[in-house]
This record gives sequence, structure tokens and C-alpha cells, in this order.
Amino acid sequence: MFGRLTWDAIPFHEPIPLITSLVVLLAAGAIGIWVWRKGYAPYLWHEYITSTDHKKIGIMYIVMALVMLVRGWADAIMMRAQQSLAIGASQGYLPPEHYNQIFSAHGTIMIFFVAMPFVIGFMNFVVPLQLGVRDVAFPTLNNVSFWLNASGALLINLSLFIGEFSRAGWLGFPPLSEKAFSPGVGVDYYLVALQISGVGTVLTGVNFVTTILKIRAPGMSYLRMPVFCWTALASNLLVIAAFPVLTVVLAELMLDRYLGFHFFTNDGGGNSMLYMNLIWVWGHPEVYILVLPAFGIYSEVAATFSGKPLFGYRSMVFATLAICLISFMVWLHHFFTMGAGGDINAVFGIASMIIGIPTGVKIYNWLFTMYGGRVRFNVPVYWLIGFMLTFVIGGLTGVLLAIPPVDFVVHNSLFLVAHFHQVIIGGVVFALMAGYTYWFPKAFGFTLDERIGKWIFWCWFIGFHLAFMPLYVLGFWGATRRMQHIPDATWAPWLNVAFVGAAIIGVGIALTVVQLLYSIKTRDQRMDVTGDPWDGRTLEWLTLSPPPHYNFAVLPDVHGEEAYWTRKQTAIKQDQLIDEPDYQPIEMPVNTPTGVIVAFFAALCGFAIIWYIWWLAILGLIGAFAIFVWYAWRDEHEHIIPVEEVRHNARERRRIRMEHLHNLSQSV
Amino acid sequence: MNASVAHVWSLRRTIAVAAASLALSGCNRGILDPVGPIAAQEKQILINSTAIMLAIIIPTMIATVAFAWWFRRGNTKATYRPDWEYSGAIEMVVWAIPALTIMLLGGITWISSHDLDPGRPLKSDKPPLNVEVVSLDWKWLFIYPDQGIATVNQLVVPAGTPVSFKLTSATVWNSFFVPQMGTMIYTMPRMTTQLNLQADKTGEFQGLSSHFSGDGFPGMQFKVQSLPADQFAMWAQGAHGQGGALDTASYAELSKPSSYVKPITYGAVAPGLFDAIVNDKVPQLHLPQAAPPAKNNSAVPAGG
Repeated sequence: MFGRLTWDAIPFHEPIPLITSLVVLLAAGAIGIWVWRKGYAPYLWHEYITSTDHKKIGIMYIVMALVMLVRGWADAIMMRAQQSLAIGASQGYLPPEHYNQIFSAHGTIMIFFVAMPFVIGFMNFVVPLQLGVRDVAFPTLNNVSFWLNASGALLINLSLFIGEFSRAGWLGFPPLSEKAFSPGVGVDYYLVALQISGVGTVLTGVNFVTTILKIRAPGMSYLRMPVFCWTALASNLLVIAAFPVLTVVLAELMLDRYLGFHFFTNDGGGNSMLYMNLIWVWGHPEVYILVLPAFGIYSEVAATFSGKPLFGYRSMVFATLAICLISFMVWLHHFFTMGAGGDINAVFGIASMIIGIPTGVKIYNWLFTMYGGRVRFNVPVYWLIGFMLTFVIGGLTGVLLAIPPVDFVVHNSLFLVAHFHQVIIGGVVFALMAGYTYWFPKAFGFTLDERIGKWIFWCWFIGFHLAFMPLYVLGFWGATRRMQHIPDATWAPWLNVAFVGAAIIGVGIALTVVQLLYSIKTRDQRMDVTGDPWDGRTLEWLTLSPPPHYNFAVLPDVHGEEAYWTRKQTAIKQDQLIDEPDYQPIEMPVNTPTGVIVAFFAALCGFAIIWYIWWLAILGLIGAFAIFVWYAWRDEHEHIIPVEEVRHNARERRRIRMEHLHNLSQSV
Repeated sequence: MNASVAHVWSLRRTIAVAAASLALSGCNRGILDPVGPIAAQEKQILINSTAIMLAIIIPTMIATVAFAWWFRRGNTKATYRPDWEYSGAIEMVVWAIPALTIMLLGGITWISSHDLDPGRPLKSDKPPLNVEVVSLDWKWLFIYPDQGIATVNQLVVPAGTPVSFKLTSATVWNSFFVPQMGTMIYTMPRMTTQLNLQADKTGEFQGLSSHFSGDGFPGMQFKVQSLPADQFAMWAQGAHGQGGALDTASYAELSKPSSYVKPITYGAVAPGLFDAIVNDKVPQLHLPQAAPPAKNNSAVPAGG
């Protein structure tokens, strides 16, 4: 009846997961009851859960990413504590079977359920606004994508309470991840969770490529798009090209595990090298899927806060597309130590280094964006400069790893761990924190507290360097990654410094919560009435904060590269706005519970597959399909926003903007 | 009085012990303390490449802070050029700097990837010592086919003599790595990889698996003993015939999962054991006849 699922799956005898489970369940329950008692449930249902509004979906992605960041950090601090304790005769507090789950979960969660949803969240929130349009190409699909992603996150967290998670690392290399070596449900949780969320990600990719290629404001030609939109386009092209490879390779591993196939097994003609190649054909572009939009965020921040257009816009676009293309030709550098021979290693090594050229150009372009500017040291600029200083070192160690003979001695070492954290934290996370501060007022109508924001920056900046610089040193000393026990007692001081660093990052994460609560409490003093708190240059600052569902009463006409800046300068000079346009009623897509119900059935089906509960798996599939059919038969597609409402909002907006521009032209 | 003398004494002793342990630990500093030609060249490439890149990166970092600070809003001395967004000359320079750096490093990469290819035999007037390496759950088996002996978690090599490794795995993937000797390489089931290393210094070096392989993974540490050539010959002779024999039965026993395994020496080895492991045909290995040697190319799946 219940397949492999028995009471043994609940970790009654293991205090750490049991207590964690109880705490998480109690906290979730308490939040649920609080929401219900306060009467917020209908609001959440109508305004967020079933919303097809790209901005609301973007916010949900970012909330999910921040929640999962806490989980991922908890895994990290447990690993650091174990490595500080388990030295010499001591085995620490985590047995291997537990430690190995933690590092596997840490990697999986941080990439798939923190970095990805955070980046996708920004693309959702920002891209249609910057393109000057009302929504993405497929709004309902967008909602489905989010909930499928959330289902994957749910399953990963469920593995803490019921059963176990994979112990085979975040990429699940076979043959270790095959049934012969990992018979438990852990790898199945990993595979199923990633398959479900992977479908969501591919749909997001399709959605955004379509949106950017087909739906732009009048006059917004390709070379007038903000750089963030270019990076979002490049990133989503990579998603479309790379994620199907991930789906296929994970499906092959599932066939091995579930139906006794021999793609990657040791016997029956399987070849595990194939997996290594395929997973990295996805895995390397994945890095650029994350970091390209991050570069986009830095570009927006650099231009806005320097009070200058981005230096070398075309160069930047070209560099973005060059990275997009080359990132597909370098995957072999993840396994130079396989013994492929001098020619192959050299070609892939040099190809990997070539990515350093456009990346270096980007660094210089941000540098020259600041040159001749009037740099305002708001929180996003702290992150920008922190990033530029951190990322060049990450680039240096990256190029070192691309030199095969150097890789031969630091591959898989703590040097590598330090390198990729340097580019992911210093590159991606810093950008996400900059973007979070930068676009928060657009989303909610008030700014985040600057002082706490700077503390958060310093916690991350100092914490990061304390946590990872020692790992470079240990990597030189021959320390490899994923060690549940440390053989050499002389490593202890460095590991302890790394622990302190991780703890300081934890303070930064806690302060993010403090900052949010404090800013909400004092929001009356930090209102952004103008819709343009940073003196922005791109179209998202043209509309209200928060923007109405339809974003723009009339789609803006775009003249020149910096659509909003040009328009604002003209208005300031003439001390008047453009003539009031002729308002029309606006058609917007209706909300739908399709996404959340489909994802519920998908999660149910996934859970059943993990535990071999075949009747439930079939039920889940039928349920998801039935909802799809029900949705396809719908009569009502869109609702009309009456012209009176549009006109009223727009006039209010014009009044505020006029006042704001008048003040500006007075000051000029 | 007495108490304070004792206190000073214990403090002195602590310092002395700490200094001694620092000095000792200074002897084993991984890839920064190479003991052979491969490791030494790799360290040199690491240092050279780092220096080349630092020459670009340090000025960039300084410029980042300097530009941001000089062009801060409050600085009235800085000129504000709100529309300056393009300069062909600067564009050319910012493309040229990384491009030239990468061309230089690319040259280093091309040459060194070939020179230091793990499969390339080392130049030496001495014939290489052949060692067959098998990663097991979770320990290392070293077979000396020419000496007819085998060891577990202890690799003994003659100093100043090239060692030619043939490697495979009887379980999941691992990676064979002796940081002070240089280049690591994967051990993969049903495939063989080649590796050529040499230790010029005598001494004891740490070895490990550097590819995660499951619950017993941290216990896959091993010792490398580099002995003078004559002592190595004595050791090999002394080991021959001593201890147990590594045949089908004892191999089956050895391949059961275990970790943190103390070094073992086998005085005899079933011929063809390595090839039988690669071909997954160990049970068919009958002593004393040797199994027909299978042809194995580097990193190509055998059979199947």
C-alpha cells in the first residue's frame, strides 16, 4: 500500500533531524495560524498564490529563495562546525551518513533553490517593467513555473523529516548514486525534486526568451534594451539549451535506479564517464545562467548610482553574448584529471580562459562607468564595489583552475571550494543583495533601512573572506573537499577561522530579517512616493511604486538607449510632462489556481515515486493532467480594467511626477 | 617562587613544543612543498600564472576603490561628465588587456598541458617502477607486478626513479593524489588511467583520495614512503613471500567495505589481478595460471 514508506522513515532515533523537523513544523504551523487568524489567507490566495502578475510571482520567488538561504546556511554552519571538531582522534558530532547528506543538500539547495529562484525572481519582477510592457508572454505558465519550483523545494525539505537526502553530492555522480551504492531514498529525493523544479525552470526560460524577443514597448529595439534585459535573455537562452540536458541525464539515472537500466552502472556496459560529461554540459552553463543576470544587476546599479550611462553599452552586450556562447564549450574543465590527454585538456583549458576576456571587459566597463560620475554611496554601491574587489580574485583562481597542470594539483580541493564560492557569493549573491535593496522600493513603495543594509554588507564581505580565504590555503596544503573527518591537526586554526566567517555571514542573514522588519515598522518615514527613489534611468522607475497590475497606463514610447532617463531630462528641461495620452481600457490575464494545484499533484506524484507508492503516483499524474484539461477548457481568459480606473491612476501618477520633476528642475 | 619558576618552565616548554610542531608541520605543506619534478613544475606554473594575473588585477582593484572614492558625489574637485559613455581608445585597451593576458596564459597552458600530461612517461635513465593502483571501498591497493607483491594504504617507491602507475577502481570513482608528488588522477571502474610521477627526495608523504566516494571516504588516506633505491630493493625482497598472498579469496575479503585501514603487505599476488579487476572478472581468476592480459587503452571502458 505505502511502498517503501514505513515508520522507520521518520528519524525518531536521530536528535538533530528530529528536533529540526519539529522546530520547522512548529514555526510553519505558527505562521499558518497567524496568517489565518489575522485574516490574511484570502489576500495571499488572491494577490499572490494564484496571481499571474509577473511582479507578484517575482516576489514569491525571492521570498522562497530567502527562506531556503536560511536552510542552506544552516547546512553550511553544521559542516564548518563538524570540520572544526572532527580533527585527529575526534569524529565530531556528525557521522558520515549524516554529514554526507548535509553537504549534498547544501549544494543542491544553494544552487537550485536559492540562487536560481533569486535570479528568476528578479527577471520576473524587472524584465517586463524594463521592457515597458504589462506582463510576460505566458502569465499562467509563469505561475505554474513558480509552483513547480516550489514543489521541488518542498520535496527536498521533506527529505529531512521523512527518509533521508542523497549522500552522493550535489551532482550525484554515478556509480556512487546508483542503486548498488546508494540503495536508500536519498538519491531518489534528489532526482525527483530536481526533475520537477527543472520543468519549471525550462518553462521560465521559454517564457522569458519569448517575452524579450517578442514583447517590448514601441521603439524598444534590441540595442535600446537595458543591459539587465540582455543578460536575462542570454541567461534564458542558456536555460533552454542546458536544462533539457539535465533533465535527460537525471532521467537516465532514474531509469538505472528504477528500471534496472545500465546507462551509468559498473556492469552491463554502463559508462559513468557519460554522466560526468552530460551533467557538466548543463553544469557549466548553469554558472553563467546565474552570473549573467548578476552582471546585469551590477550594470544597472553602476549606471544609476554613478549618475551616468553605462560605459561601453555595446561592448557589454557583445561580452554578454560571447560569454553565453563560449560557456557551452568549456564543460570538460571540470574533469581535466580524467586523463583525456594533452590536446583535449589544452583546448578546453584555453576555451575556459577565453571567457575571462569578456568578463574582464565587463569589470573595466563598470570601472569606467564610475569614472567621471557622481557616485552615491548607497547600499547597492557597497555591494557593487565589494563584488568588483572580490570577483577579480575569484576570476584569478578560476583561470588558475583552467590551466590543466595547475588543476591537476588543486582539483576537488578546498581551493576549488573557495573559488566557486568566491564567484557565486562574490558574484551572484552580492548582486542579488544589491538588487534586493535596489528594487525593493519599486516592489513595496518604501526603501529598506540604509544603516542596517550597510551592516549586512560588511557581515557578508568580512564573513565571506574569513570563511573562504583559509580554504585557499588549505587547498594548497592538499586538503580535499567533502571530508567528514580532518586528518591533519595543523589545519585546525584555518578551519576555525572559516567557521567564524560562516557565523558572521549568518549574522548578515539574520540582519536581513531585522532590516526587513525594521523597515516595515518605520515605512512611513521611508515612503517612495515618486516611484523613482534612486534617480533611475530605466523604465521601471517611470511607473508607480508599487506599480499597478498593468504596469503602465499606456505603453511608453522609447527614444534612445536610456528610455526613462531621456524622458525625465526632457521633462525637467521643459518643466512639463508629455501630453496626456488617450487612455484605453486594459485587458489583463485573470488569476488562476492552476499552477498551485498542478504543482500539488506533481509533488504528490514525486513523493509517491520516491517511495514506490505506484497508485498514488498515477493518481498524482491524473490529477495534474485533469487540472490542465480543466484550465484548457476555461471560458474567461482575461479581465478588463475599466478606462476610468486607468485614467484615475494615471492622473494621480502624473500629478506626483509633475511635482517631483518640478522640484528637480528647480534644483537644476 | 617555586610555583612561578614552574610556570615559566611550562610556558617555555609549551612554546618549544609549539615551535617544534610548527617546524614539523612545515615539512608537509602539500603542493607548495614539491618532492619531485612533476610537482615542482606544477608549483612553478601556479606561481607564474598567479604573478601574471596579479600584475593586472592589483591595479584594477586599486583603480576600483580610487575611482569610486574620487568620483564620490561629495567631491567637488572631480569633474562630472554625465553623458560620457564611450571612448574607442579605452574600449580597445580594456579588450586588449585581458586578451593579451589570456594569450600569454593560453600559451603556457598549451605547452604545459602536453609536457605534464599524466600519461606521458618521464625522461630518466632508470627504468620506471610499475605500480598498479586499485581504489577499493575505502582503501588503496598497490600492486607491484614486477616484484610480485602488493600493499594496502602504503605506497613504497624508490627515490629518483620514475613511477609508472596504471589505475582503476573496483568500486565507485576515486582520485589518486599525493599532493607533494603532483598530478592527481581519477580511478574509474572498468577503465584504466595512466600516471607518471617521481619523488626525488626520500621521506614520508601523505596520499589521499580526492574524489568523494561514500561514507568511508575520509579514511582513504595513505602513506607514501620514498626510500633510496637500494633500500627499496631490500624492502621489496623482504616483502616477497612474507605475509599473506593476495588471491581471489583474500581479495574478496579485502574488497569488503572498510575504512581507516592499517597498512597491509602481501608477499604474493595472483598474476593478472589488476586486469581481472578492470574486466570485472576476479572470481574467474584461478591461481596459479595467469589470466590472459586484456588490452586497455587509457580512460576507455574495458569490455561491455
